[in-house]
Amino acid sequence: MSKLIGTQAIIKCLQEEGVDLVFGYPGGAVIELYDELCKSSIRHILVRHEQGAVHAADGYSRVSGKTGVAILTSGPGATNGVTAIATAYCDSIPLVVLTGQVPRALIGNDAFQEVDIVGITRPCTKHNYLVNDPKELVNTLREAFYIASSGRPGPVLVDLPKDVMASLVPYPDKKPVSMRTYQPTVKPHARQIEKTCKELVKAKRPVLYVGGGVILSEGSEELTKLARRLNIPVTMTLMGLGGFPGTDPLSLGMLGMHGSYAANMSVAKSDLLIAVGSRFDDRVTGRLDAFAPHAKIIHVDIDPTSISKNVKVDIPIVADCKEALSAINCCLDKATDFKEEDVHAMHQPWVEEVQEWDRKHPLFYSEEADIIKPQYVIEMLNKLTGGEAIITTEVGQNQMWTAQFYKFNHPRRLLTSGGLGTMGYGLPAAIGAQMAYPDATVIDVAGDGSIQMNIQELATAKECGAKVKIAILNNNYLGMVRQWQELFYNRHYASTVMEVTPDFVALAAAYGAVGLRAKTKSEVEPVIKEALATDNTVIMDFAISREEGVFPMVPAGKATTEMLLV
Amino acid sequence: MKHTLTVLLRNRPGALSRVTGLFSGRCFNIESLCVAETYNPEVSCLTVVTRGEESIIEQIIKQLHKLIDVITVTDVSEGEFVEREMALIRVKAESHTRAEVLRVIDIFRGKVVDVSPTSYAVEITGPESKIKAVIDILRPLGIKEIVRTGKIAMARAPKK
Repeated sequence: MSKLIGTQAIIKCLQEEGVDLVFGYPGGAVIELYDELCKSSIRHILVRHEQGAVHAADGYSRVSGKTGVAILTSGPGATNGVTAIATAYCDSIPLVVLTGQVPRALIGNDAFQEVDIVGITRPCTKHNYLVNDPKELVNTLREAFYIASSGRPGPVLVDLPKDVMASLVPYPDKKPVSMRTYQPTVKPHARQIEKTCKELVKAKRPVLYVGGGVILSEGSEELTKLARRLNIPVTMTLMGLGGFPGTDPLSLGMLGMHGSYAANMSVAKSDLLIAVGSRFDDRVTGRLDAFAPHAKIIHVDIDPTSISKNVKVDIPIVADCKEALSAINCCLDKATDFKEEDVHAMHQPWVEEVQEWDRKHPLFYSEEADIIKPQYVIEMLNKLTGGEAIITTEVGQNQMWTAQFYKFNHPRRLLTSGGLGTMGYGLPAAIGAQMAYPDATVIDVAGDGSIQMNIQELATAKECGAKVKIAILNNNYLGMVRQWQELFYNRHYASTVMEVTPDFVALAAAYGAVGLRAKTKSEVEPVIKEALATDNTVIMDFAISREEGVFPMVPAGKATTEMLLV
Repeated sequence: MKHTLTVLLRNRPGALSRVTGLFSGRCFNIESLCVAETYNPEVSCLTVVTRGEESIIEQIIKQLHKLIDVITVTDVSEGEFVEREMALIRVKAESHTRAEVLRVIDIFRGKVVDVSPTSYAVEITGPESKIKAVIDILRPLGIKEIVRTGKIAMARAPKK
């Protein structure tokens, strides 16, 4: 067996895993790893804050489907990454985060830049390791990649003591990782699939409720095939947007707290709810006992803990979403006891009823002569990019308006912190996405609050040539919290007014990027056009109507049919 | 409902804290917890007694399964099982009560494991109900200290 210095072994492992790009920030504990890294063929993107490195790796992973890699130093380097690791964990994004650690002899001694990052990240990683034995280094890294990307994906952290990385370590030949204690169920149970097919052809008012699992499993095609062949309306969670074409007549858009009227009503009236890769999150279900009260529920998820966690399920299917959808399609192909056209026709009155809801209560905002409505900005972005851009968002109103008004027709085009709701996610994620697809149009839809949480990454964007376009919906408020205060706290705007906001156009220029501003509605389209045509990182600062709200809205704890429409 | 779960997990640094972190992080209840190596030094056996509605217990079992270090999870309280707990009890033993303490211990088939002029330390083994009974009887005599192991459990073998 060959032997290598630890740092060389790490680089070789990364190469073996097909990693050609990593994001990170050097420091004392990883200085030797960087020495080796920057001699290798792997490209390294130097961020300006470790949170940015992990978000960028996350964005890279979400658009490409590959495992993202970030390298952080020990102590504060590692702890700065924690929010971004938790973000990836909540949204099931495969990452391998390598952190430096003080030499083994110093661990536990409160050494300089020492922190128990394995302890800190235990609840927000899929798994994590401290490599205590140099002999275990290579196998640990291989396991990390395997765990991160298989089953329900997630971030895996590997903590690397400085002296382990400097040791001579064995480098065993690569063979497929197999772990006795970790064997995710990928294939669905045949009986459950048969039962599902029976329900599908029997149901009068079926709805597909689709989440991020469909995107992670690359199951969009199978899903689209299933929905279209049996004429079943589809609603998506925030994480599921793009899993089914947003412009398809069967698409009801997003459901839940800020979901469309048609989506929430159809779930409430359905007699069969087919949940695929979604997890009955509180932002989706509202008051639990009023969620799909008349429906039989089928739930496909690769993670058994997601099933029957919040809502009792009639037909649980533990499997990879794509595998399950494909098995359902196969089962329908073989079935002889019904005609597909009949089922399609049987669902038609229901589809028409649902579409009628959408006609009566479409997503709506009132236009005003020359005031910029944020929804209009998103519609313009959608129009001018042909709905084909990669969109990242920050968190809050900007995120919800994007989810409502940008029509995602493809998976892996919307990158947003759905589970954790991390402000500051959008810009670094956009940089990561742009690194995966240098020629794609990548737009970060931001608020004036959240963009400031990781604004330093503008320098990263400039340095690595990520020509991302940042659209700031600027209302000088922390808009979503302000909206809640308006509706539920007597307009007491406690600490949500941003009294000092930088001049974003000047700020862009200070970083060597381009800043553009639109103050009136008529300026929106030219500004976006100019931004898209600019061969540089661009900030578009849109002065939007300040007190615009996101509607429909289901107040927290209410039934999803109790929507505030305007 | 009270449930007794037996969890086999890889005997690795941090594995136990993954389990306890899971319970605390998700507000699951731990009534007792007992862990030691099995005959295979690479595997630890953990017995946890917990309480909750059926749906909570189902989540606990699934969440435990999800931990990479966990090998198997068995709810032994679903079927027939034996359970044991050990307690070390230091009880006052002055001249007028020494004989009484010994009689009580003898009835419960306990053992004296440490003696001083004013106290006995006794070892009691049995199901939880027996430990409780001993404590109730010894309390009036003056208990100075109690150390309990928490419960361990094993499913009974099939009878046929």
